[in-house]
Amino acid sequence: MSGDLLHYEDFKVGDERTYGAFAMSRELIVEYAREWDPQPFHLDEELANASVLGGLCASGWQVCSIMNRLMVEGYASKAAGMGSFGIEQVKWIRPVYADDVLTLRYTVLEKRVSSKRPEMGIVRMCWQAVAGSGEVKTEMTGVNLFRVRAQTVDALA
Amino acid sequence: MSHYTSIWLEDFAEGQHATFGDYHFTREACLDYARKYDPQAFHLDDNAAAKTHFGKLSASGWHTASACMKLLARYHFSLRDAAQARGEPLPALGPSPGFENLKWYKPVYPGDIVTYGATITEARKMKSRPDWGLVMLTPYGVNQHGEKVFSYDSTVMFACKGNVGT
Repeated sequence: MSGDLLHYEDFKVGDERTYGAFAMSRELIVEYAREWDPQPFHLDEELANASVLGGLCASGWQVCSIMNRLMVEGYASKAAGMGSFGIEQVKWIRPVYADDVLTLRYTVLEKRVSSKRPEMGIVRMCWQAVAGSGEVKTEMTGVNLFRVRAQTVDALA
Repeated sequence: MSHYTSIWLEDFAEGQHATFGDYHFTREACLDYARKYDPQAFHLDDNAAAKTHFGKLSASGWHTASACMKLLARYHFSLRDAAQARGEPLPALGPSPGFENLKWYKPVYPGDIVTYGATITEARKMKSRPDWGLVMLTPYGVNQHGEKVFSYDSTVMFACKGNVGT
């Protein structure tokens, strides 16, 4: 029943994968900023050019949300996921501009089975939003929780 | 606890606190956010959500985070507007290099009202850029039952006095 979903065992330390492509645009940057992060450097070209960010750029929260979407489309929607408690760290390294196309790259850093909940696997990952130029724009570190396959079999038995 | 109304680096101090206001998670807003940025079945479909550990449809965690940014920005810009109305110069706006320890303690459900605020944990000048400083703050959200649902440890660049901008 859940045999074809990605489980804890399918993620190996050192695995690196790249997913998707999300084309940023002026419209998407401004639409998000108007609703959630109405700072001038996310809304107004002229003020953005004069700011420390050097041009109209996406809210960091929008970049995180786009990374989340690329995760969902790339693998989370095909996985026996068990949610997330949070994110350890986010580094907004470089601004994301209107002409950037972002892909999501993840690296598996470490993994273990929860001692309290043996059906739950904890996979610690680093996710990067990478622009077409190869520049890393945002880097996120945290854990994904996945069901342990062996436990699924036990539960069904 | 003192209520902060600071817009310049020098006026921030550890222990200051501010309440930003309430955000109402309507069903429509939850679905709209999830469609755009978090298209997982348990954020979009009542039946699928009922089968998960959430028990019912819940808001995307990034929606919870974005709503915090919305109210934080509204609060800070209201302080800038007040300073401008008094005829005072405005500090240059600084970006944030990132954050740590973002936690989603409990799911947020459609219909929930979350009150957001933040506590200042540190404020110091930057060694590398004398016109700027770093303010560490912990924004958080509490739902209508008084349960903490969200927090993170943020770092934001604030201008030192004299570093005027728009």
